[in-house]
Amino acid sequence: MIQISPHAEAALTCTLDERSLYLRRLVLGSVRSAGRGHVGPALSLIEMVRVLYDDVLRIDPKNPRDPDRDRAILSKGHGCLALYALLADRGFFPLSELDGFCGSDSILGGHPEYGMVPGVEASTGALGHGLSIGVGLALAARMRERGYRTFVLLGDGEINEGSVWEAAMGAAKHGLDNLVAMIDYNKLQSYGPTDYVLPLEPLADKWRSFGFAVQELNGHDVGALRTVLKQVPAVPGKPTAIICHTVKGKGLPAAESNADWHHKNKLTDSELDAIRVAVGDF
Amino acid sequence: MRNTAMNMVHKLAARDERVLYIGSDPGAGTLRAMSKEFPKRHLIEGISEAHIIGMSAGLAMEGFVPYVNTIATFLTRRCYEQVAVDLCLHNLPVRLIANGGGLVYAPLGPTHQAIEDIAIMRALPNMTVICPCDADEAARMMEQTLDWKGPIYIRLGKGGDAVVSKAEHGFEIGKAILMRPQGDVLMVTTGIMLQRAIAAADLLAAQGIRAGILHMHTVKPLDTAALLQAIRGTRLVATLEEHVPSGGLGSAVAEALIDKLGSGFPAMLRLSLPDRFMHNYGSQDSLLKKHGLSAGAIATSIEHALAASRTSSPQLHST
Repeated sequence: MIQISPHAEAALTCTLDERSLYLRRLVLGSVRSAGRGHVGPALSLIEMVRVLYDDVLRIDPKNPRDPDRDRAILSKGHGCLALYALLADRGFFPLSELDGFCGSDSILGGHPEYGMVPGVEASTGALGHGLSIGVGLALAARMRERGYRTFVLLGDGEINEGSVWEAAMGAAKHGLDNLVAMIDYNKLQSYGPTDYVLPLEPLADKWRSFGFAVQELNGHDVGALRTVLKQVPAVPGKPTAIICHTVKGKGLPAAESNADWHHKNKLTDSELDAIRVAVGDF
Repeated sequence: MRNTAMNMVHKLAARDERVLYIGSDPGAGTLRAMSKEFPKRHLIEGISEAHIIGMSAGLAMEGFVPYVNTIATFLTRRCYEQVAVDLCLHNLPVRLIANGGGLVYAPLGPTHQAIEDIAIMRALPNMTVICPCDADEAARMMEQTLDWKGPIYIRLGKGGDAVVSKAEHGFEIGKAILMRPQGDVLMVTTGIMLQRAIAAADLLAAQGIRAGILHMHTVKPLDTAALLQAIRGTRLVATLEEHVPSGGLGSAVAEALIDKLGSGFPAMLRLSLPDRFMHNYGSQDSLLKKHGLSAGAIATSIEHALAASRTSSPQLHST
């Protein structure tokens, strides 16, 4: 019998503040404009990305290639709408770009591309790549004696990929305490529950046994995210894994824990009405 | 060839602090001298090729020039998506040094025989594909890899291959070398097929057939200009490769001729391995011989093709 983490229960019941609702309006506005998008994977991720970009990353939107910036890679690239919302809101590119999502001349595709989107460190979309790239970035910082840190955001379905665990072993081998893996543990992948598709538990023990210092929290709790992320590395000499218990589709009752909202095409009028009720007019 | 290429990594590392060696689980003592002189830039990362490619991408994003080294099949088949996405899509200067290109590992069976590596690497945008023919050329080639912009796949032979390249020919990535002037036939080679082409040319000369040789050490980007120049006045273009017929040198040459000339080019003969996995062991030499890639078999195939072209293909390219 799998024990339900109290963080997972808290993720289900916690309320969202106005900034989190605003970011959801940006995400859902993009989906409305494009008539498509990965909704559930973006909504589970918003607070993780929000706290990173608002409170943790040492970044300058006016100088997105600053060599001393912290690096963040959205390895679960299909959650890009959350990243785009934050990058636009922080001024990496104009908010108006969000309306062009997936358009033929847009910089914003269905997965984020390096060189196309200011602030995007690596092209992702194929799963299981980001942590290895992050190991390279973190190792380079070590070798060059630079102080930047590297954060990699992973999906729970994504960590089905064996390459993630190869990367985890590599990170631990090098003692990369300048590397943080954040797992968006919403427990629902494309087909259905992670427990059905490929069980991950005991997930914290897995990361621990791979040599990471592990933290667990409610991934929609902005305060908890701030506290934990500001204290990395959790253990000097070890990479950090933060298991963020989240709810797929968080903030939109129809989408919450609903695999049908993993990817959504054209939103119907009734769905748009429900979105307005949930997150406000947009 | 392999030792030379490895030692060149050490030499380049001494010259340029961007250079890294990244091996998966190479043979004991690989680049030991480098590991002692530059321990932080000699990385052994385990049998985890997918991860190693991604990690190399991250290091290259930060300005390093990683030379990643393992057996060719593991560096291509195992981690193809990482090579495509992490290296080629980002166009990063990572060098893939592939041990045992072609049938070098003949005794170890089909899991270790890199028979389609040129095709799948060549298919990737931004990838450069180089197959040096001998140790001397490998050394000249490695000198050129330091500042090449994008990723490079380097297909190495066994080592101990006869040295047939010449210093005076130099080496420039993407520039073919005309080893023998064109004659009745032009053989286009890559990698260690050059040695066989030279031997075949000597056999053909004894039959009164003049054979030119264009050594296409870089299969991508293909030196189309040199190819078009070299086929002038020839009746037959014969491509030689230690590779399946799909997508390798023969395909690249045929594509170039079709794209540039459309029609009116010489008859073509593509000599390659068959389109199947090898289920024989033995040696590289014995398997090549079995599949018609000994010097004698090459010469015979060319003689037959020339005879056939004389009767059936009167229109020759003569730009």
